[in-house]
Amino acid sequence: MPDDFNFMIGGAAGQGVQTVGFLLSKVFARGGYHIFADQDYESRVRGGHNFFRVRVSKDKVGAIAEGVDVLIALDSDSVELHRAEMAERSMAIIDEGKAKAVGSEDGSLFSMPLEKLAQDKAGSKLMTNTVALGAALASVRYDLNILNTVLVDWLGKGDIADKNIAAARAGYEHFQSGHKGNFREIKPLAETRRMVLNGNEALAVGAIAAGCKFMSAYPMTPASSIMEYMAAKSKEYDLVMVHAEDEIAAINMAVGAAYAGVRAMTATSGSGLCLMVEGMGLAGITETPIVIVDGQRPGPAVGLPTRTEQGDLLFVLHAHHGDFPRAVLVLATIEGAFWAAVKAFNLADKYQLPVFILTDQHLASSYSTVDGIDLSRVTIERGALFSENDGDPSGYMRHRVTESGISPRAFPGLSKALVVTDCDEHDEKGHLTEDARERTAQVEKRLRKTVPLRKEMGMPQRYGPQEAETTLIGWGSTYGAIREAVDMLGKDGVAVNMLHLDEVWPFPAGPVADTINKTRNSYVIESNATGQLARLIKAETGRDVTGRILKFDGRPLTPAYITRAIKKEVR
Amino acid sequence: MATMSDYIGLKPAWCPGCGNFGILRALNKALVELGVEPHQVLFVSGIGQAGKLPHYTRGNIFNSLHGRPVPPAIGAKIANSELIVIAISGDGDGYGEGGNHFLHAARRNHDITYLVHNNQVYGLTKGQASPTSDVGFVTKTTPEGAVSPVYPIALAIACGASFVGRSFAGDLAHLTNLIKKGITHRGFSLIDILQPCVSFNHKNTFQWYGERVYKLDDESGYDPSDKKQRWTRRSNGEIGFPSVSSMRRTCRSMRTICPR
Repeated sequence: MPDDFNFMIGGAAGQGVQTVGFLLSKVFARGGYHIFADQDYESRVRGGHNFFRVRVSKDKVGAIAEGVDVLIALDSDSVELHRAEMAERSMAIIDEGKAKAVGSEDGSLFSMPLEKLAQDKAGSKLMTNTVALGAALASVRYDLNILNTVLVDWLGKGDIADKNIAAARAGYEHFQSGHKGNFREIKPLAETRRMVLNGNEALAVGAIAAGCKFMSAYPMTPASSIMEYMAAKSKEYDLVMVHAEDEIAAINMAVGAAYAGVRAMTATSGSGLCLMVEGMGLAGITETPIVIVDGQRPGPAVGLPTRTEQGDLLFVLHAHHGDFPRAVLVLATIEGAFWAAVKAFNLADKYQLPVFILTDQHLASSYSTVDGIDLSRVTIERGALFSENDGDPSGYMRHRVTESGISPRAFPGLSKALVVTDCDEHDEKGHLTEDARERTAQVEKRLRKTVPLRKEMGMPQRYGPQEAETTLIGWGSTYGAIREAVDMLGKDGVAVNMLHLDEVWPFPAGPVADTINKTRNSYVIESNATGQLARLIKAETGRDVTGRILKFDGRPLTPAYITRAIKKEVR
Repeated sequence: MATMSDYIGLKPAWCPGCGNFGILRALNKALVELGVEPHQVLFVSGIGQAGKLPHYTRGNIFNSLHGRPVPPAIGAKIANSELIVIAISGDGDGYGEGGNHFLHAARRNHDITYLVHNNQVYGLTKGQASPTSDVGFVTKTTPEGAVSPVYPIALAIACGASFVGRSFAGDLAHLTNLIKKGITHRGFSLIDILQPCVSFNHKNTFQWYGERVYKLDDESGYDPSDKKQRWTRRSNGEIGFPSVSSMRRTCRSMRTICPR
């Protein structure tokens, strides 16, 4: 097989596009391949046009490719809309009845009775997508038994699994007997058990591993699946997920739970985050550790609900009035989402502040193979805690002024210490005060926490030849695409390297300034309209970047897009 | 055993003669009579004159944002079910800014006690109309008079609150008793407390209430657990007559988790 191979499944909402995409991902992962898969869907329950791309590769890949090798078209629109993306020697598999709408077949179009086979062989038209899946596997002569195993693992033994297996077999056999010519082959590699996770799943698993016991949230794309995952696992891991009445309640509940002693989080997007702004300051002034996940989508307001953007960077850095410390982690990879969650809870507890995790629709709903996660590397650091051995609990002061700015926490009801805090400015005991000296002391104490916090922040990641004169600077989910663009440009004789940020606040000003000083050309690569990272770099380092490669159409950046853009800039 | 002296907090910054003093005393008395120690209780308040109350007693205190005492109270109660959680609001805080939280806390029946100091006017911001101001109540923000008020008792019952009570800041014994019932009730309990504002509400005064308050508990044949009867009582609010009622219903059990 070539270096990588790209499937696309297109169809209307409700036709089972997502299921086929998910199963294809699992099937190739089970055969020892790496996959990266993304989803493009509209904000509707039925109809419209959705597609799911699965990139299959022998090597680890962190982005989607632009070309399509096999298109599984569950409707005629899919062929019309994606014909231009089809690579040489590619093929579209389409339902017989629907092919007529497309026009006459050329060699690249294989029409077969998908719906009829589903009805005849599996007893239901609902299995049409599984028939197509079987045909797609036949087109690359992949081992059908792997799919059968995946189906049983996924659905459990029984009637539903059996019908799906029959449907897949019908599609597979029909393709084998009907398709003339020699298409490409993908042979299973040695069996490797890799997980297939999407960004939100990896994040939620990380939160559970970190000991998160409480989540409250309000459904909003693309964050909802974090809620759903936590709710599904709540009994198994003894945690509570509250579907709150709104985002305001969600963040306030999380703050209350954290104050009472458990690790707590919330997750939202766009306008939901806007509603949470008030609660961020509550966490800030009461020094309550919470983790806030923002799944970015294009704004402002409702924007493009099901699409992607990196438009909230400056917002999360500045949201709320007044000054208080915060930390901001951004997710670069699906595997990294797990570790970011673990780190976020530790930072929140140690420094008693809100910690943001920025993800986006692209990473949240994209799937990737993940090598085993070493759980023994997970550490839980709860930070400074008050114990009755430390002194008379009657003298306990929740906001005691200390050199580090960190006041040991006590939890209400667990000792005789009274835990008093206030969203008004308060004195060391936590009682509201308007005293000028107390106010100054508390503001300074809170901000002092930034000093040790800064030392915990990870350095930006570097990739590519360090002697290159051009540096691509990115943050968040564009990691895989930029990294691959570095390789593609290198092959084409354009030497570039990458500087990528996944922990953006407190800002790593030193390494970023250093890179910009040393390189001849620096370009930020961002999925937003104004170059928010470039603006942040300017604010924090005083340095200007050479240029900004921006994309804000709601679709993810691809390695090829970046490569084209850089070639135009650097000649 | 805790005594009243265990519940002496900071010196109140309320106006002399404020109805809040009666509520503070009743709350402390209820806790003492129930044998609750200050470290066993968590007061979560909002913003307004009522929101300051926790500082004037003793216990764990989370003085939260305007309109938001209920969500953190719920979060804390779920985190540690052993805590006695009392949320404290005013009519602006609880029925205006925090109205949505109130509806849903009642519906979900979280095991917290919710005291709403209802003086039908904004105090801290100096005299604007509140969601419970009587029709025609003239203030700087309602020069043509307030419009139709919220009826918290009817609203709470409609939302399925499992304990709904109303008392009067001027009746210490009744209020103390009702707060005790609310705290011991397993599930969400609303206690709406009629309270004069001596600075900004010159209509609904101690005397005005004194002439109108009557005890529903004294009425023969009134059964607060009878759905039909208690539903017809929603009209009490509408004609401007305070009522006192308490009712129970089995609460749903919430799963709880202990702090690590």
